[in-house]
Amino acid sequence: MKWARIAAIGLLVAISAACLLAEFVAPASYMHQFRDLPDATPSRQHPLGTDGLGRDRLSRLLYGTRVSLLLAPAAALLSSLLAALIGAAAGFAGGWVERCMMATTDLFLSLPWLFLLITVRALLPLNVSPITSVVITFALLGCLGWAGAARVICADARTLCRSDFILLARASGSGGLRLLWRHILPNLRPILYAQFWISIPVFILTEANLGILGLGVAEPLPSWGSLLRELESFSAFSAQPWQFAPLILFIVVVSSFHLALQKQELSA
Amino acid sequence: MRKLIRHVARIVTVLLLGGFLGATLVRLAPGLTVDEQELDSRLNHESIQALRQARAIDDSLPSFYFRYLNRLVHGDLGTSRTLQQPVRQLLAERLPETLKSVGLGLALGWTLGLALAIATVMSRSWYVDLVSSLLAGVLLCIPAAVLALLFVIARAPGRLVLGLIVFPKVFRYARNLLERSASLPHVLTAWSKGLGGFRILLWHILPVAAPQLLALAGVSVSLAFAAAIPVEVLCDLPGIGQLAWKAALGRDLELLVNIMMMVTLITLVANSTSELVEHSARTGTA
Repeated sequence: MKWARIAAIGLLVAISAACLLAEFVAPASYMHQFRDLPDATPSRQHPLGTDGLGRDRLSRLLYGTRVSLLLAPAAALLSSLLAALIGAAAGFAGGWVERCMMATTDLFLSLPWLFLLITVRALLPLNVSPITSVVITFALLGCLGWAGAARVICADARTLCRSDFILLARASGSGGLRLLWRHILPNLRPILYAQFWISIPVFILTEANLGILGLGVAEPLPSWGSLLRELESFSAFSAQPWQFAPLILFIVVVSSFHLALQKQELSA
Repeated sequence: MRKLIRHVARIVTVLLLGGFLGATLVRLAPGLTVDEQELDSRLNHESIQALRQARAIDDSLPSFYFRYLNRLVHGDLGTSRTLQQPVRQLLAERLPETLKSVGLGLALGWTLGLALAIATVMSRSWYVDLVSSLLAGVLLCIPAAVLALLFVIARAPGRLVLGLIVFPKVFRYARNLLERSASLPHVLTAWSKGLGGFRILLWHILPVAAPQLLALAGVSVSLAFAAAIPVEVLCDLPGIGQLAWKAALGRDLELLVNIMMMVTLITLVANSTSELVEHSARTGTA
């Protein structure tokens, strides 16, 4: 499966590069309306046609992919950091601190993910600018997605605390913070990397679900959620197969993330 | 018995904590004391004042929580602000619809997932493995909302979407477990002694994997409930997923928090039941 992994990483790099260079690659801005060309079929000027408002689909796809591909890793980083902080502190402290922290983790894990997300999203203002909606959506994913990883990290930190080298470090006079910073956190790095990579496709999928439900990134800024939402207007009578381009790219990106994860990382 | 009591205590603790968290969120949410009706230019000053007084909160967070809990204990879940109906009535009307969808989805997902996992492990052919892995892999990469949209376009029954959401997780987990069980020395010995495939599966592979599969059963309930939101919204099924979405769009926080508490209770009970059954299965095997 090594070739599949290399191909997946290559695809991810190529798609990310195309999205990062969207200003140069895209035929137009994501919000520019070609008012005389609504719902246009693919042409040289618009390779994927235009949407109902006359906006170039390829441009929106590139910019939307950029939003998701840049911010899902940022949210994954935030949730991994929170998980590292909570999990390592719980595993290192042990006793009632660990019990309290793990009870909170259990609480988060008991709440169904999408229900929790839409509840917290509804607490925040819904009529906000597109940029604010992007920040809110991905910050929520980052802030609420730490629980599963924290449990794994806590278990690992607990095992590390019982190991001989930590005992030796303690005997050499290392204090609590130094132990945590110099000895425990560096040894948790592989599991943190794994949790980080695993979170990215999960957050991309969740943002898409939220976007389709109208609780994600606000128009006119495109994201995968809003791009996939356009499938609602698909009709078998006026079949426009190019409308499925975002879905195909979405499947390619998420499956590439799954393939890029090594088997050991997934089992971690 | 002690394990059962511990599970019940855990459920109660999580619900109390969840209730407190929910009440806190409702209490601190921006705009809680403001009503859109205040923008109605036809209302005079007295009417606006009356509206403000009706929504004013004059107690502290602990007393707010205590009142909320007290009402909850007496079965009063409040009134939905957007739908102008008692929350209890709304939940009673919509829960059966969701339970029907989730039940059907779980049955379909488990049947499909387990059947394909068994076929993959028992046939030991690369193409069965490739086809089933590809199917599960593609379904894992499609958001529940998109699957629901595709079903709407194809005019297929929306309830089946939940089955397709549960299927890939069950398939992957079950295949890994069954593969591990099938490579155990006593199973290899059974193969080499010429025992039939069905007998080996039933007597040697499934009993080893069963406890861990039961653990997944609880998790799959939570998964199906979470997927019920986009599926019910897009397929227009009047369940609690759709109700939660309407409540979120209308910022009907009381309704939303009550829905979340109820779904949490259901998933907690499902998880605890599967853990208890798994524990007794392990004890029985030992």
